Amino acid sequence: MSFWRDPIIFIIEWAKGLLAGIGWGPGWATIVGFVIGAFVLAAGAMFFVVFLIWYERKLIGRLQDRFGPNRLGPWGLFQPIADMLKIFTKELITPSGVDWIAYNLAPVLSVAAVLMMWAVTPFSKTFFGVNISVGILFLIAVGGLGEVGIILAGWGSNNKYALVGALRAVAQLCSYEVPFVISALVPVMLTGSMSLVDIVEAQNPWYILVAPAAALVFFIASVAETGRAPFDLAEAESEIVAGYNVEYSGLKFGMFFVGEFLHAFTASFIFVTVFLGGWRGPGADQIPVLGLVYFMIKTFIVYFALILFRGTNPRFRIDQMMDLNWKVLTPLSLVVIMVIALVDRLFASSADWLRTVILLAANLAILVVAERLIRRGVKTTRPEVGSRERPVASPDNLFIQPGSGAKG
Amino acid sequence: MSGLQIVFLIVAVVTLFSGVMVVASRKMMHSALWLILTLLGVAILFATLQAGFFAIVQVLVYIGAISILIIFTLMLTRRVMDDEHPQVIKGWWLPAVMAVILFGLIAGFLATWEDFQVMLNELPADAENLAAFGSALVNPAGYVIPFEVASVLLLAALVGAIYIAVERKEKVG
Amino acid sequence: MLNDWLYVGVFALVSMFLPAAAISIAALLSPKKPNSIKNATYECGMEPVGPAWAQMKVQYYVFTLIFLVFDVEAVLLFPWAVAYKQLPLYAVVEAILFILILLGGLLYAWRKGALEWL
Repeated sequence: MSFWRDPIIFIIEWAKGLLAGIGWGPGWATIVGFVIGAFVLAAGAMFFVVFLIWYERKLIGRLQDRFGPNRLGPWGLFQPIADMLKIFTKELITPSGVDWIAYNLAPVLSVAAVLMMWAVTPFSKTFFGVNISVGILFLIAVGGLGEVGIILAGWGSNNKYALVGALRAVAQLCSYEVPFVISALVPVMLTGSMSLVDIVEAQNPWYILVAPAAALVFFIASVAETGRAPFDLAEAESEIVAGYNVEYSGLKFGMFFVGEFLHAFTASFIFVTVFLGGWRGPGADQIPVLGLVYFMIKTFIVYFALILFRGTNPRFRIDQMMDLNWKVLTPLSLVVIMVIALVDRLFASSADWLRTVILLAANLAILVVAERLIRRGVKTTRPEVGSRERPVASPDNLFIQPGSGAKG
Repeated sequence: MSGLQIVFLIVAVVTLFSGVMVVASRKMMHSALWLILTLLGVAILFATLQAGFFAIVQVLVYIGAISILIIFTLMLTRRVMDDEHPQVIKGWWLPAVMAVILFGLIAGFLATWEDFQVMLNELPADAENLAAFGSALVNPAGYVIPFEVASVLLLAALVGAIYIAVERKEKVG
Repeated sequence: MLNDWLYVGVFALVSMFLPAAAISIAALLSPKKPNSIKNATYECGMEPVGPAWAQMKVQYYVFTLIFLVFDVEAVLLFPWAVAYKQLPLYAVVEAILFILILLGGLLYAWRKGALEWL
């Protein structure tokens, strides 16, 4: 029965028992256990990307009124596997004059930065890598390591356009970290701890129902952090010749690609963990594997939303992106955190549900006011260039000139 | 030789070596990358001292922001890619001797401290009390004045940098 | 607690090892036929002129600097946020003052035109 309740932890405990039975000292057993656990989680993440690529391609295809890949395997399920096999055998062309260490370290660092985010997220009540006390800050910090990878890619390629693309990408990622970090303060405030395990456990109403403004800012900032459409100026094919990964071929380019897809999924599950209640759901406390199921369902819903964004929105220009960040998201996130801090403290002694409702009302008020201000600040009127006269051809007014004002 | 000591030795050697390479590299971009490695080593040292928050803050602020700022600043100066000066100055033995003497003095004074040979104990699991740290930051009997002064300092840095940069834009553009 | 950080370190090493291993396998499996045209730097089909440096705009520096200031501010706010539930009202007001000072800095940057991407 306990196997069915929590198969993953059952297997882990069984493996630990095996290791202890071999008779090594506790230190070595711990380290080997850690290595195997990390290996399984990281390798699992990388193999999971294959499924994610299929999911995205099918969905984007449907959004564009076509089938996605549907030749290989049922519903095209083997297509990404075939693509991976193909990319393994492509020649790794190294252009002349590259800085060997920077050039080769960049794809590894990009993927490693995303993989490390899998170490601290709770996938279910008992299945998580490690519960460090600074979980949410850890996620943001390893995002910064990914930025270093991009700089290495751009500079190590010995290519002006790669360098410009990399600098732009890093400027965009750096800028969007500000609302990301500031709106990540809100769940920490509401929970009283930075650890992701504690944040999930404390979400009695999900935090998206308590602080939707913060959730919105966090969501937009994390979409921009992943560098996906509509924020993909830095690496889209038609912009600066594909940006910082122009000089990469074969699996090195594939690694950037894998890192980007994995980052999109990771951003989805970070949002789910922090605002949508993680693995919480009916019955997830007693049966931990149910928690994993809820987590996956919620993450796929958010991932679906991300892919919808990608398929429907045109790309932002770089100055539009920066305006959105510095003039809208950052002041909004600062105002949200000030208002939530004040409101929560003023009503600290009321009942829980009353406080939740008041916070929700305050957030919605902020969103409405922000929408009004944005609408006033955005230029929507364009100067009229030509006249609006539209002559309609019909046998009656064949001899009336357009623009003369006469109506037939 | 416990595991902690081995980790500390490896990380310390890597950090010191990267620190030396920061000043000894020919290309300035390499110096910046060695600096990133040095800062990462310092972060790992914080983690071995069980100051987890500071390790993460080191990575977040130093590597995620300051290193990138340094790299952008490098690129703002034009002749950034190579360094034509000789690698080693003429009388290099004198500073080397002074450095060794200084290190010997410091190590000697530290060795007279009675806890020099004592191993670091692992703190209990609830020793990292971020809530106490947070309330100390805003406690009037604690650190609230440095807290507010820090914000004014950050404001001054922001205003100063913008003033200089915007001047430069008007001069260049 | 040290075990936790050991796990993080092991995970970091493993997560750097896996892509490196994949790339090495690809390097073994792929053909290697370098020639001077393939190895030339890509510049939209033209011959590259001059070394690879890009004219930096001071805008990159200004954005990164503003990001740095707000990053440090957020880092100083995190311990306050962790202790938030136990703090009295004046502590919350102090933190709000902190945020307001930096919001003023952002407003200054906005009015000075430092937030434009030119």
